[in-house]
Amino acid sequence: MSTKFVIEELKAAIEGKEILKGINLEIKGGEIHAIMGPNGTGKSTLASALMGHPKYEVTDGSVTLDGEDLLEMAVDERARAGLFLAMQYPSEIAGVTNSDFLRSAMNARRGEGNEISLIKFIRQMESKMKELEMNPEFAHRYLNEGFSGGEKKRNEILQMMVLDPKIVVLDEIDSGLDIDALRIVAEGVNSMRSEERGFLVITHYQRLLNYIKPDFVHVMMQGRIVKSGGPELAERLEKDGYDWIKEELGIVDETVGQEQEA
Amino acid sequence: MTTLTVLPVEASALNAFSEQSSEPAWLAERRLKALELAGQLELPRLEKMKLERWNLQNFGSPAAAGQTGGELPENVLALVDSSKSESLVVQRNNGTVISRLSAELAAKGVIFTDLQTAAKEHGDLVQQYLSTVVPAEENQLTALHNAVWNGGVFLYVPRNVEVEVPLQALFLVDDAKATFAPHVLVVADTNSRVTYVDNYLSGELDSELVHTGIVEVVVKAGAKVQYATVHHLSGRVTDLTYRRAVVDNDGSIEWIVGEMNNGDSMSDTNSILKGNGSLSDAKVIAVGSGSQRLNFSTRATHFGKSSESQMITRAVMREEATAIINGITKIEHGATKANGEQTEKVLMLSPKARGDANPILLIDEDDVKAGHAASVGQVNLEQIYYLMSRGISREQAERLIIYGFLAPVVSDIPLEQLQNQLQALVERKLGQ
Repeated sequence: MSTKFVIEELKAAIEGKEILKGINLEIKGGEIHAIMGPNGTGKSTLASALMGHPKYEVTDGSVTLDGEDLLEMAVDERARAGLFLAMQYPSEIAGVTNSDFLRSAMNARRGEGNEISLIKFIRQMESKMKELEMNPEFAHRYLNEGFSGGEKKRNEILQMMVLDPKIVVLDEIDSGLDIDALRIVAEGVNSMRSEERGFLVITHYQRLLNYIKPDFVHVMMQGRIVKSGGPELAERLEKDGYDWIKEELGIVDETVGQEQEA
Repeated sequence: MTTLTVLPVEASALNAFSEQSSEPAWLAERRLKALELAGQLELPRLEKMKLERWNLQNFGSPAAAGQTGGELPENVLALVDSSKSESLVVQRNNGTVISRLSAELAAKGVIFTDLQTAAKEHGDLVQQYLSTVVPAEENQLTALHNAVWNGGVFLYVPRNVEVEVPLQALFLVDDAKATFAPHVLVVADTNSRVTYVDNYLSGELDSELVHTGIVEVVVKAGAKVQYATVHHLSGRVTDLTYRRAVVDNDGSIEWIVGEMNNGDSMSDTNSILKGNGSLSDAKVIAVGSGSQRLNFSTRATHFGKSSESQMITRAVMREEATAIINGITKIEHGATKANGEQTEKVLMLSPKARGDANPILLIDEDDVKAGHAASVGQVNLEQIYYLMSRGISREQAERLIIYGFLAPVVSDIPLEQLQNQLQALVERKLGQ
């Protein structure tokens, strides 16, 4: 069965303040969706709410992956069901080596009794690290500790590659990357494109979409998707900015909490 | 006055014990004198905890016929690395059940036996050093220990002798009737080298018991001693332990301490850096659970010029455990160019756990370096979320973070077997 990820009327709040005002989105295996929008419009909140960050409270709506209710699941269960979020600000964890962490994560995904052999794991990790042009030393470094911004992002992509998820959410994966790193990260993502896998790419720069070609582009403002289209929408945004959309929709301030009374 | 108003031991019982063990007169006399002192001295004052609130009722009876015979339990035997167990001392309750030394080491003049036997067979040596590092008159506990101690270990390494294989000891308590008070005395003569590893553990106990222990290490000039000790006594045992080393010129002491008890525990580990260029390195890991009260102090006392000390303590507290972790670097006047560094960190796993890290620097000399770092905190929820977002369960995520927290100490332990054992004990204490 091909992957199907459905978000319906999703509303979420942080500390009692509603940020997401009803998101609707359907992603099928093989598709790449991009969510664009200026800062403060709820893009990262969407990513965190999908993964189940404890600070965000989902107040309404539903999210299903291949018919399974994701919102009923704990964070680790969502991951094991096939959801992957490449985070904007990955945590640093001292004392836990990157490779120990990766192996724990892989084995958690594979389940008890089906653990990957150490040799196979190392071979796989090393080949993926090579693809991402990561120094092999990073396997033995503590998880994200002392990594530069770009190294952290590559490390996120490395995790995506070894965990083989069904739905990948990339939250501002391009922020803090120079052009070479951006190219490497994008190649990593493109190498994972398949009919079985869907992508949701969150960014506020069109630049990333030159490397990762989206099938669908959505614009978020005031906690909603206000406009959807094909790749040509991203190109128009690159050329003309967001003002024309705001004008078209009568939005003065696009950030969440600024919407006028209807 | 903070004292035990009724001493838990009587002189007649001490006499009976000395007689039973046919101890030399000097030792029997010392015991009685120490008991008298115990009647006059006060309990030690601990940082932020009151020892008199602890259960210090049962010190057992010195002369009781404690269970010493029979097969050793399997979990005890498992701790002995059989390939390296040629030299081993095992104490069960108040008696020594195994005491052996490889022929090779004996031929080099190494002495490794229980302290009671050593007092008879090597009386001069033992008399020369016993209670010189931790004096009986320090407080009520040290006095009481000097009155009642039993079994124990005497390790003597002659000048220039290097012992390659770690020497091991086990102290097992599984009978609360008898006093359990091993005294360990290590003397490393000039330019010698030795590693010593011991375990304190308990079997089934039908009542509460106090363990009072003293460890004395004499490190002569240029000698190097590695001292590793793991305490994993049950919740019925209150553990009161003093460990102290006196280090001469260019000598070095390395402490590796695993505090894995389930009962209330106090320990005080001190390196007295008497000699110029002497070194001390102390690594302590502790895990507290249940409603344990823990008070662990690590000290370095610098007298020698260019003496150096490192101390690192990592403690994990779960459930309702309370820990006071003290690091005390004392640099005396005249100890120029001394350098003392210490770090204490406490990780709390539950809202009811309590932890307190107290770094203390006492410096009476200008020309020195000293530093400290301390922190107390809860598990970081962002870290848990991050690990879980990769499919790792909450339990496993916590475990990874805890091991990561302990890793700087555990991964630095130079003995592989001990590293694995500590890892397993941490796992057991966290998995309860």
